[in-house]
Formats: sequence, structure tokens, C-alpha cells
Amino acid sequence: MARVRTGVRALGAVLAAVLGASLAGCSSTGGKRAEERAEQAAAQGRAAVDTPRWTVGMVTHSGDGDTFWDIVQSGAKQAAVKDNIKFLYAHSDEGQQQAQLVDSYIDKKVDGLIVTLAKPDAMKAVVAKATKAGIPVITVNSGSAESAKFGALAHIGQDETIAGEAVGEELGKRGRKKALCVLHEQGNVGHEQRCAGAKETFDGEMQNLYVDGTNMPDVQASIEAKLQSSKDIDAVVTLGAPFADAAVKAKEQAGSKAEIDTFDLNAQVAAALQADTLGFAVDQQPYLQGYEAVDLLWLHKYNADVLGGGKPVLTGPQIITKKDAAELEAYTKRGTR
Amino acid sequence: MTATAPAEAPAPGGKPPADERLLKTSLPRRLLGRPELGSVVGAVAVFLFFAIVADSFLRASSFGTVLYAASVIGIMAVPVALLMIGGEFDLSAGVLVTSSALVSSMFSYQMTANIWVGVLVSLLVTLAVGVFNGVMLTRTKLPSFIITLGTFLMLTGLNLGLTKLISGTVSTKSIADMEGFSSAKALFASQVTLGGVNLKVTVLWWLGLVAVATWILLRTRAGNWIFAVGGGTEAARAVGVPVNKTRIGLYMGVSLGAWISGQHLLFSFDVVQSGEGVGNELIYIIAAVIGGCLITGGYGSAIGSAVGAFIFGMTSKGIVYAEWDPDWFKFFLGAMLLLATLLNAWVRKRAEATR
Repeated sequence: MARVRTGVRALGAVLAAVLGASLAGCSSTGGKRAEERAEQAAAQGRAAVDTPRWTVGMVTHSGDGDTFWDIVQSGAKQAAVKDNIKFLYAHSDEGQQQAQLVDSYIDKKVDGLIVTLAKPDAMKAVVAKATKAGIPVITVNSGSAESAKFGALAHIGQDETIAGEAVGEELGKRGRKKALCVLHEQGNVGHEQRCAGAKETFDGEMQNLYVDGTNMPDVQASIEAKLQSSKDIDAVVTLGAPFADAAVKAKEQAGSKAEIDTFDLNAQVAAALQADTLGFAVDQQPYLQGYEAVDLLWLHKYNADVLGGGKPVLTGPQIITKKDAAELEAYTKRGTR
Repeated sequence: MTATAPAEAPAPGGKPPADERLLKTSLPRRLLGRPELGSVVGAVAVFLFFAIVADSFLRASSFGTVLYAASVIGIMAVPVALLMIGGEFDLSAGVLVTSSALVSSMFSYQMTANIWVGVLVSLLVTLAVGVFNGVMLTRTKLPSFIITLGTFLMLTGLNLGLTKLISGTVSTKSIADMEGFSSAKALFASQVTLGGVNLKVTVLWWLGLVAVATWILLRTRAGNWIFAVGGGTEAARAVGVPVNKTRIGLYMGVSLGAWISGQHLLFSFDVVQSGEGVGNELIYIIAAVIGGCLITGGYGSAIGSAVGAFIFGMTSKGIVYAEWDPDWFKFFLGAMLLLATLLNAWVRKRAEATR
């Protein structure tokens, strides 16, 4: 017993010491406190309407812990607060699971659904089931070709082929000759379209490289190996912001001269654009995809409005270079760009 | 009803085995000795829990969704449970489902053959993978963990590489307009609505597999062989159990399950994504373990694996019905599984103590 008690006492002493040190050694810059101050400065979200409290469910094809989908969610949540909507979110990167999650929300009798159609065939039946049950469906991000066919109200997102073509043109303008397209989600049709679109408009040579997006060190090593084996690659295009950082590291390790460009945006990408470690970014404004989807469902319930006239509502591509990055950096830090 | 291998020593007390079979045991005592008892208690606990915290969990339509989620795992959990009773692992089971769907779809499409031709070719290919696993295991004497890990990685690569090579994209082309599709869809991916409950045909496949596997385990010689091989290879061999054949057969059983699951995947969505299925093998193993299979082999049941799959289905969908933050989804899932398994072990201990 005595030994246990001294153990507890020692633990208490250690805890006290750690607490004391953390209180005494304050940082006057950054950290949690700076974040709290910034949050207080921002406007407090409150409902701006007096419609009943509707429920909207969103089901995406995202994996766990994905930055991009975090931003989509923050847009959706912002709109949900404003429109007095209860917002539910679920995700799975397996088509079958994603369909089952949509099923669960239909069982819950939600008032509106937001889904992604990265795997359109897996989602076809449940979207039909939802519309049959009288639940309005809005598709976001991927599936512009299938959205109307499946009976969704509208599609909000970026046409992946158009986005890819914009990248191909931009690479050409920059005088690139041999590019690498890094796909981090095997089986994602949208990613394939991006690389195919870039290949289409790029007058140089373009190769695809598949990496395992859930394993960052592996992504870096794969790109590194590729850059080492093909010395003449002068542009690397990654399809997600977190992967741009890995590509930059890989380029340094491999001693390559390639320019790194990326789809999507985050704080690191904005900073890297300003530091010239990245060439350009192609943004599709994920915040807008979440925000507009929820807002559109509200508009549809409140006023029977539909946006887009049966055509996809495009949120991208927006080519972002060094000159836009400074303004966007502040917005990326608060997780809305 | 006892499921002990004949290879084991006669029951203590010096009674010859002939008498042991004639012993009358009371029904509650017999039930207490079943491997799946703990999981049934766990399933009831999980069901009550979600019935309380999630109001939409108890709706008829929700029950259909939960059953479907359970059946998709359950179809594979049954042969995986049998394999684990036989003392082996199969880490390639998850991607084998995808492989099976891919072979079926691409063969039909590329050869412009009737869908049923592709389905049968897929069965042969999938069984061949099972035979490969089994033969490698018996020939090399390497642990099944290593061999099937190799198969898992090879299949993952083949799925992607071959699909890309043959179809030009990472997913297969649609076969919905080909001959035989509707009849195959009826068999593998149809659904009926009974009183508001949407029952998918996979639920029937699942229950059928559970029934067949239970009959094999408890009523046939092959079942005794499985328990014997899992209990102790050398002892089993010494009493004349065909150890190698049993193991290869078990792996072929997993292939059969993968083929059924794979065809379901194909005919519900008519297009297959080549990168899917990775990680599901662990879910099948977990379902079998919750259902009372021991990791060491020689103990478990097919019914238990079904209950395990049902717990998994309830948990994964119950979390959605309860509107919990999906970021915590995996944590809750893990905690639920640990609790269910602990309960299982505790019940088993109590059951053995009362014997």
C-alpha cells in the first residue's frame, strides 16, 4: 500500500510541475490563445430566419480526417446556423457503405440530403429512393454528369474535366514539357477526369502516378522515387492540398527542378505560393459547396427555388497564383478556404 | 450436441466415449456451453442501447438497413469463422470480394459473353485463389498470416493494374445492358419489401450460409475435422484427419463467400471500383471473434459469426441514427467491439464454471 501511495504522490508532483511550467512559460505569439482571440473577433453565428428547424443530412465519399471535407463541412455548418437547420454529416470511402449511410438518413426522414457522386453507380439506387420518398437531394463536388439523371435538384461543384483542362493550359503557359499527375485516391473517377483533362490540353507529356493518400510518408516516397527515376519531369500536379506539401519535400529530397502545382487550397499552400515553392493552385472553393448546398435546400423548402437551370453550378476552377495568395491566407487559417 | 473432436481424450470420470454421447444434459446447460452465447448477450445489449439513444433506430425501415449492413459482413464472416475454427487466418478475404466482382464484370464485357459466363468464370478464379492460399499454406508450412498477407497485397495490385489495363480506367464499364444481367441481379442483388421492411436478398444468402455452415460443423465428419485441425494439427493428423485437405477446403469456403459478396457488389451497382475492399478482411475477423471464435482456433460457431456481424451492423448504423459526430465513429466502433468481446469472454468463463 505504502508504495502505491508514494507513486500517487510522485505523479501528483510531476503533474504540478508540468502545469506550473506551462503557466510560467507562456508564448506571446500564436497557439491556442491567438486562435481564441481571432474567434472572438469573428461574428457570432445566429439563425437569421424563423423557418421551422429542418434537418439536412450530408453523406460524402471522404476518408477519415480529410482537410478538404472539413472546409466543406464548415461551409455547410455556417449556412445551417444561419438557416436554422440541424446539420448531420457522415462519410465513407467505400461506395457500398456510403449508400448504406444515405439509407440511414432516409430512414431518419431528414428534410433534405446532400450527397457526393464520386462513385455514381453505387449511389444511383439510394438517390432514387430518396427522391421517391420526397426528400430533395443536392449533389456536390463530384457527379455533375449524373446529378440531373439521378433526379437531384442541382449539382454544386467543379466539373473535373474543365478543371483539368485549365491546369493543362496553365502548365503550357508556364512552358512545361513533362508533367506528373499524382492521384491519391484509387478508384475515384473525378481524379481520373482531372488528370485526363490536363493531359488533353497540355502540349507536353503527362504521366499518372498512383499513391496511397492515407499514408503521407508513402506519398512522399513514391513521388521521390518517380522524380529520381525520371530526371526530366519539370512539373508535378497533386490533386489535394496536403499532397502538395509532400511533393515539395519529395522534390527537395530528389534534387529535382520540377515545379509543384496543386488542386485545392489550404494554409500551407497559400504560404507556399507566396514563398514561390509552389507554382499555382486550382481552387474549387469547398466552403461554397457546403454552404450553397445547405442554403439551396433551405431555399427549396422555403420558396421552392432551384438554382442552375438543370446545369451544374460551378464553384471552380479558379487558378490561384502568388498575387492572390496573400489575401487568401487569412481565410485558409480560419478553415473557410 | 457437443462439438468436440473425436481426437480428444474421453471425458474425465473414466466413462467411455460411447456413454458420453448418450448423456442427457438439460437445455439451459446445453445453451450455456455454446460459443455464441456471449455474443447473443452482447447483441441484446447493443440493441437496447441504440433503441434508447436513437429514436429512429427502431423504425421498420431502419431494421432493413441494419440487416443489410449486417448481411454484407455476415456472408463473409461465416466462412472466415470456419477458417478460424480451423486455426487459420485469411487477410486476403477483403480484396478477394472486389477481385471476384471485377473478374465477373470484365470477362463478360470483354468477351461480350452472357453475364452468367462471367459469373461462373469468376467463381472458378475466386476458388483458384482459395486453393492457392491453401496449397501455399500446406506446402510451405509458413504461417497463414504471412501467406494471405502476400495474397492480399498481390490481389490489391492485380485489381488495380488489370482493371486499368483492360478497361482503361480504375472502374469497370457498365454491364447493365447485357444479356443475363437481370436474372443475375435477381439472384444476387434483388430486394423485397415486407411490411415496410426492405429486405435485400443478401440477408437470405447470409442465413442460408449460416445454416449450411452450422450443419457442417455440428453434423458432419468434415465439421469434426475442422475442430480437430484447429485444436491441434499433429494430434488430428495422428488420428487420421486429412489436415491438408481440410485447410484447402476452408480457404475455398472463404472464396465461395467472397464470390457471393463480389457478385452482390457487381449486380447492385453494375460497375465495380477496383480500389475497394481493403480493410474489410479485419471486419470479417472481428465479427467472427465477437461471435465466440478463438484467435487460437478449435473453438467457435457459425451462428456466432452471424451474431457478430449483426452487432457490427447495428453499431455502424446505430451511430448514424444516434446522430453522433462521425469523427468519433471509429472510436465508438472500437469501444463497442472490445466491450462485446469482453462480455463474451466473461460469459464463456461463467458457462464453463457451471459445468
